[in-house]
Amino acid sequence: MTLLAVERIKLFTTRSPWWCTLIALGVTVGFAALMAGTAEADVPMTVSASQFGYGFGLVVVMVMAALAVTTEYRFSTIRATFQAIPNRSAALLAKTVVVALLAGVIGLLAAFGSWGVATMMTPDVDLAINTAFEWRAVAGVGLVYAIAAVVAVAVGILVRHSAGAISLLLIYTNLVENLVTLIPTVGPKIHQWLPFNLAHHFLTGNPDPTGRPDQFGPGLSDATVGPWPAVAIFAGFGLLMLLISLVVANRRDA
Amino acid sequence: MIEAVGLTKRYGKTLAVDNLSFTVPTGRVTGFLGPNGAGKSTTMRMILGLDAPTGGSALIDGKHYRDLHQPLRTVGALLDAKWVHPNRSARAHLQWMAKSNKINPKRVDEVLDIVGLTSVANKRAGGFSLGMSQRLGIAAALLGDPQVLLFDEPVNGLDPEGILWIRKFMHRLAEEGRTVFVSSHLLSEMALTAQELVVIGRGKLISQTSTEDFVAQATENTVRVRSPHLSALRTALGRTGVSLRDEGDSLVVTGMDCAEIGELAASTGAVLHELSPQRGSLEEAFMQLTGDSVEYHAGLAETIDLVAAGK
Repeated sequence: MTLLAVERIKLFTTRSPWWCTLIALGVTVGFAALMAGTAEADVPMTVSASQFGYGFGLVVVMVMAALAVTTEYRFSTIRATFQAIPNRSAALLAKTVVVALLAGVIGLLAAFGSWGVATMMTPDVDLAINTAFEWRAVAGVGLVYAIAAVVAVAVGILVRHSAGAISLLLIYTNLVENLVTLIPTVGPKIHQWLPFNLAHHFLTGNPDPTGRPDQFGPGLSDATVGPWPAVAIFAGFGLLMLLISLVVANRRDA
Repeated sequence: MIEAVGLTKRYGKTLAVDNLSFTVPTGRVTGFLGPNGAGKSTTMRMILGLDAPTGGSALIDGKHYRDLHQPLRTVGALLDAKWVHPNRSARAHLQWMAKSNKINPKRVDEVLDIVGLTSVANKRAGGFSLGMSQRLGIAAALLGDPQVLLFDEPVNGLDPEGILWIRKFMHRLAEEGRTVFVSSHLLSEMALTAQELVVIGRGKLISQTSTEDFVAQATENTVRVRSPHLSALRTALGRTGVSLRDEGDSLVVTGMDCAEIGELAASTGAVLHELSPQRGSLEEAFMQLTGDSVEYHAGLAETIDLVAAGK
């Protein structure tokens, strides 16, 4: 608990988490407003469509999470940290937990904020969150952001440089996973097991038959497992990355 | 007490620290002296468990740093004053450190007061001058009221006032019965600050003695003699077995002080035109001892100039 408090003080006594929170909320909620504003009778608003912008917020949250670690290396406060807490795994785990919790909260605020804006702007459409799918599509954003933050923290620990870590994360999530599908025959088979595709499947998979057609909401994932196994694999990926980064951090000179 | 036993650190092909063994006693200021690149900072990082030694170990009161419970209460260290997030306030920086070792938050204001940073406690540390950063680093080192303190080049880049403040401060800490280990590449500074010296060059131990002994042993005490009766004097001095050297029209005597030479001159009836003690400077002594082990030779004369200029 002490270590969590330490990391909480460290995180909130710098500015970047505040800015990242504001930006993440701005882009997601803003995008929901855009969706709701352009909704028409033949392109109706849905709960799922209100979450169209979650991917933009995801990027911002991962930048925030990576920065939370890489700035420690940049300013060598990581050494001060290891000096105060020689158990490096404990110190870094505490940081991961705090950053992941913040990311989860941002995710929930972004998702429900987006949904709230959509509800207000299209009052005649029924946007009540009733089904398991709708709950997943909205509340699930919190879980996905939290796990993505774990991945970003792990990459930050491994790479140590802000620019390097952020480029790696952005290029991977925005380009690499999609480019894999271009590989003949095996590409799509690999793609359906890639972590961020699985996270997307968790949020958009098994849609309600009552919802509006696919092309009016976020694109669907090609993953074939169920949404919950998908998010479990995504979480497993995050934990694996974290484990590798902790092993490396313990072996390396600070 | 800090104890290094066979401490070794290898980076690829370079041996930064080579089988280094020394002890830092309690209640004294011990200087850690060596030219730039001698391995002082690496040694300090190994003592703090930040870098893993390739061989040997460093113990604090018989324990590895990693095994200390709430280490800030045992060891305070200032290795680099810039190890602070520039957008975090001085107070916030100390607050998280205090929290991590369950140190009473009131202690934060106490140490800020000790180093004189109370008025800027809520300002962002990135805007601090080097002197202020150094003070903040010292405040962080003092946070847990530790018995052992490590400072790496604490006076580097400070103005004379700041240097004096730090020097007095170290003495006070040692008088309180603490172990103070402070590194520097300036012997002149160490001669004023430290009572004990651990001298290294190229990662190897050169000597561990008291500062007094080191200076005495290192500075060659000679006396310059000029006399119209130099040959008679030379014969008389030669009989005592001291070593003599001709330098122009004068004689340089090693191993005898002015009083003895004067008495000898009077008894032989030699007139003296000059009898002056020649004291080698501390810098020369330092160069003499570590000269062979300077990592990056800049030519001896230039190096002496640099050292003398305090760079």
